[in-house]
Amino acid sequence: MNVSPSLYLSLSAIMFCIGAVGLLIRRNPLVMFMCVELMLNAVNLTFVTFSRMLNDIGGQVVVFFVLVVAAAEVTVGLGIIVSILRRHPGTTADDLTLLKG
Amino acid sequence: MADKIVFAIAALACLSGAVGVIAAKNPVHSALSLVGTLFGVAILFVNLGAHFLAAVQVVVYAGAIVVLFLFVIMLLGVDKAEDLQTESLTGQRPAAAVIGVMAVGLLLLLAVRGVQVTTGLHSSTAALSGDSSNIEQLGKALFTDYVFAFELTSALLVIAVVGAVVLARRAPREVHPE
Repeated sequence: MNVSPSLYLSLSAIMFCIGAVGLLIRRNPLVMFMCVELMLNAVNLTFVTFSRMLNDIGGQVVVFFVLVVAAAEVTVGLGIIVSILRRHPGTTADDLTLLKG
Repeated sequence: MADKIVFAIAALACLSGAVGVIAAKNPVHSALSLVGTLFGVAILFVNLGAHFLAAVQVVVYAGAIVVLFLFVIMLLGVDKAEDLQTESLTGQRPAAAVIGVMAVGLLLLLAVRGVQVTTGLHSSTAALSGDSSNIEQLGKALFTDYVFAFELTSALLVIAVVGAVVLARRAPREVHPE
């Protein structure tokens, strides 16, 4: 591996933080969901980098499972968003205050 | 040398896509930027020798998940531009920026230092380097050491499908027997 692992790790750290900031500042639930996907991808990149660095196939197996879980999560999450938005069109994350005390 | 150039191009695609996701006003543009990031990550996977994961990344993420996002956007007609100027919570954006910068700093420190602090001990599972190809190694690990987790994911997928169907269908109108 000619490119230093630190570069890969730094790239995924930056991607993770961009996703986290996006989750904090956006209000459209769909875009917030995309930011979660961004963070998941950053972590996947970290796993594969460490898998290469430590010469261990386990990291890649974990990424495989993360992909499966992300697919399941998107299915259920988008189902929830569809059922909310169908009832109240144009809802943002700020309007979902049912649990507010 | 070649993989440095590949890394630079893919990293640029990843970062510009990531910024595009959070900065685009229109959710459709966000989804398309997400595709750029996902392709960049797939290229980096190839660069790291994880060929199977690179293929799965393109098929599952770019092929299925982003299409699902676009489907929902089109279906619900939520492709209105979001007003990014007004903030409903005073000081939310500056606070988010400060938190983001601090988190980037910490994680970068960890990323640069982390290369030295990992133990480098050899794994209990299969080693990555060997004669067999990446797919063969991954398959062997998946169906020997991780076979229980692999079986559990099938249950997870069934639960997710049933849950999505239950959530998305319209509630049947109640029939009152006269």
